[in-house]
Amino acid sequence: MDLTRRRLLMLLPAAAVAWKYVQAGTPEMSPNYKFTEHWWGMLIDIPKCIGCGSCVRACADENDVPDGYFRTWIERYHVADWKIEKPEVESPNGGKQGFPPNLDATGKNFFVPKLCNHCADSPCTQVCPVGATFVTPDGVVLVDKSYCLGCRYCVQACPYGCRFINPKTDTAEKCSLCYHRITKGLTTACCEVCPTGARQLADLKNPKDPIHEFLRNHTVQVLKPHMATGAKVFYNGMDGSVR
Amino acid sequence: MVIALVAFLVLRAAVVPQSFGEYGHFRGAAIAEIAARPIAHAGHDACEACHTDVVDQKKLGKHVVVPCEACHGALAKHADDPASVTPPKLDTAVVCARCHEANSAKPKTFPQVATADHSGGIACDTCHQPHKPKIEQTKTETKTEEHNLEAGGKK
Repeated sequence: MDLTRRRLLMLLPAAAVAWKYVQAGTPEMSPNYKFTEHWWGMLIDIPKCIGCGSCVRACADENDVPDGYFRTWIERYHVADWKIEKPEVESPNGGKQGFPPNLDATGKNFFVPKLCNHCADSPCTQVCPVGATFVTPDGVVLVDKSYCLGCRYCVQACPYGCRFINPKTDTAEKCSLCYHRITKGLTTACCEVCPTGARQLADLKNPKDPIHEFLRNHTVQVLKPHMATGAKVFYNGMDGSVR
Repeated sequence: MVIALVAFLVLRAAVVPQSFGEYGHFRGAAIAEIAARPIAHAGHDACEACHTDVVDQKKLGKHVVVPCEACHGALAKHADDPASVTPPKLDTAVVCARCHEANSAKPKTFPQVATADHSGGIACDTCHQPHKPKIEQTKTETKTEEHNLEAGGKK
């Protein structure tokens, strides 16, 4: 085909349209990753948590979380004898530098790591007025920060207090379950560094994932089950006083 | 009326992102954008590919289950370019205490010490090898044994 001036002029608009797609590009996901084949959650084994704060530090390093804000944090519970309804909970700097020694061994003392529960029926995505936060087809609740207005509806809606407004971008931010890692076949930063294996990423759609055997053989609970959020962070050995 | 409708449709096409509604009420391209972010933690598989000597040493002790980046920090940059990015040297007096400082909220089976009594705050690697922390006791090394008993260490 001869490329005449007429033909070239006819091709240009088509090329312009195509160029827009080329520029937009398809950002690289792992080539073999299909999000219809996964359904992500996490398992937290409370009796294994030592409150070292590795997960909190790793999360901050991995996701540029500003100081004083947390995508994941650790709480230390102290349940005094006869006071199961009123546990004392503390989380100094989110447990990022661990916890000050507490040698008072009376009552019950334990650590509870917290993060976004990646609810299947998440209250936070339902209140977003612009569609900036959503549940992905593989079950991860994400924030599209280029679309977020920073209206704070979602921050109020989350019953677990997992969201905050990033002071740098003025948009909502939360745990992304390290979506940029799990789509590349890695585990999340917090699970990667946990020295005792208290946190484990779980793919509920993968029949070979050890989560299924664990759930069968243990008494496992989610946070605030009465809110019917479809939370997918499962806690093993959780005390009834945990809120 | 028709002009208003056309103007609305043109405006709408210009304002609403192309991938909006692809998977639901959100911008579909956002999923791939978030997935494309660079990683900061290389993962222990990346570490073990080169540092086989450390892996062998860790296998001899209880720290075999502790991933490298739990102590050494996020090192994806080092894994990408080992020559120019070197990990900082760790202060064992701080790093070890993060896990092993005694705390009543820690599981009872987890080895804990009150560092002030145990070592007086000196660096733990003065006596312990961090990758294989248990101090081997032999009959000739009575000093080590004494130290260990004083420190409340298990035999």
